[in-house]
Amino acid sequence: MSEDDGRVVFEPKIVGFLCNWCSYAGADKAGGLQRSYPPNVNIIRVMCSGRVDPQFVLKAYSAGADGVLILACHLGDCHYKEGNYHAMQRHRMLLRILSEHGIENERCRFDYVSAADGDKFVKIMNEMVYTIRELGPMDRLNCWSDNKLKQGG
Amino acid sequence: MNTKPKLGMYWAASCGGCEVALVNINEKILDVAANFDFCFCPCLLDTKKKDIEEFADGEIAVTFFNGAIRTEENEEMARLLRRKSQVLIAFGSCSYEGCIPGLSNMHTMAAHFKSIYIDNPTVDNPNGIVPKPQTQVPEGTLTIPAFYERVRTLSQVVEVDYSIPGCPPESGQVWHVIEELIKGAPLPPKGSILGAGSSTVCRECPRDKTHRKVSRFYRTYEIIPAPEPCLISQGVICMGIATADGCGALCPKVNMPCIGCYGPPEGVLDQGAKMIAVLGSMIDAGERKGLSEDEMARRVDLILDSIPDYSGTFYKFSLAGSILGGRRP
Ligand code: SF4
Ligand code: SF4
Ligand code: SF4
Repeated sequence: MSEDDGRVVFEPKIVGFLCNWCSYAGADKAGGLQRSYPPNVNIIRVMCSGRVDPQFVLKAYSAGADGVLILACHLGDCHYKEGNYHAMQRHRMLLRILSEHGIENERCRFDYVSAADGDKFVKIMNEMVYTIRELGPMDRLNCWSDNKLKQGG
Repeated sequence: MNTKPKLGMYWAASCGGCEVALVNINEKILDVAANFDFCFCPCLLDTKKKDIEEFADGEIAVTFFNGAIRTEENEEMARLLRRKSQVLIAFGSCSYEGCIPGLSNMHTMAAHFKSIYIDNPTVDNPNGIVPKPQTQVPEGTLTIPAFYERVRTLSQVVEVDYSIPGCPPESGQVWHVIEELIKGAPLPPKGSILGAGSSTVCRECPRDKTHRKVSRFYRTYEIIPAPEPCLISQGVICMGIATADGCGALCPKVNMPCIGCYGPPEGVLDQGAKMIAVLGSMIDAGERKGLSEDEMARRVDLILDSIPDYSGTFYKFSLAGSILGGRRP
């Protein structure tokens, strides 16, 4: 939480999985251009978006993330040819599971950022933080503490 | 006095199938009786809770605990048996990972009570009475065990030494575990999975795995799969690829997909997430040239629309023990 004109603003925790070859380079580009973006996103560099096992996303939520971002090379540009297709297909499927579990799709965003897309990277960061701030905290785990668990408790 | 080590078996939120799996070891049940004092098993023996309450702590050598934790009574018995047992084994999918009872974590307790006791077409309940822990009647207060908001696995409630997966565990595997106990073999490290392999059902499945690509999904009633190729390549969702081996690939061997009853394979935390990981790399949405990123996503969505119930398919047995554990309230 941070203070803004005396108002308490929710500062979401966001985990961003960025592929090494395009999106991480895009983030670097934004840094090189000295663009500023909110500090809420903890970036994890992966060799390929195809390496992002959906378990990583769920684990991020269970460890307290309010949102997860997966950034990949544009289709056709994957360093390993197929990795971003797999990542995209997994993401489409993961969204179905998340919806059924009552977790808003906006909490898991997939997008494409190339090494030259510094500005797009900054835009995605801003949008993500804004969206999750609107949605509020995930508050997912430990919501079944023992006293809430029991009937009449 | 009976000096044989004591063996117990209990059912919490369960169906009785796990006890059937035990007696399905057939004549070997005599070896169990010869080597153990089978001291507690409400499904098979006339034994009562007070019998074990009288035991010293740790007096039972081994307890097989089947069934999930749905009610206050289930939890009380789990705590009692934990205290009285040296080795507590989660026996079967319900106890190990929540199984079918755990699927109820997709809904709230209030929603369950409404559909079971109020909206149910075969129930006549004009006063909308639902079970509650205490009810006043002219004679006094009636109490029943409270119903919990969520189903939990045994290890989410008490410390568990080992787990035997399966719905139910295959009897051959059950016997194998008991045989090791009888032989007095050194116990494996605490937390180990017993009676299962360290790979996936695919390892035991004889089907041809060379072309695992899929461009549409079928439900089991829509297709009679060919006997040789992997079921996934024929569009049938087979969970074998994200399920621990140990059953001998029973289902794919009779042309039915594995539905995942042995739970996640070694090294996997979340069976549903693993299934997404593997299917995500097998989906083939056709020719990609010239398609925009949005159009590609739309094509994939069209393929995915043919799966009607993701959580019920990918987490049929493992929902309560999964990372998310069920629907967010
Ligand atoms: S694991 Fe399967 S057989 Fe055993 S109690 Fe649960 S539902 Fe029944
Ligand atoms: S049919 Fe199922 S168990 Fe057999 S190889 Fe295919 S995915 Fe694996
Ligand atoms: S094939 Fe799958 S569902 Fe069938 S018994 Fe084996 S693990 Fe269970």
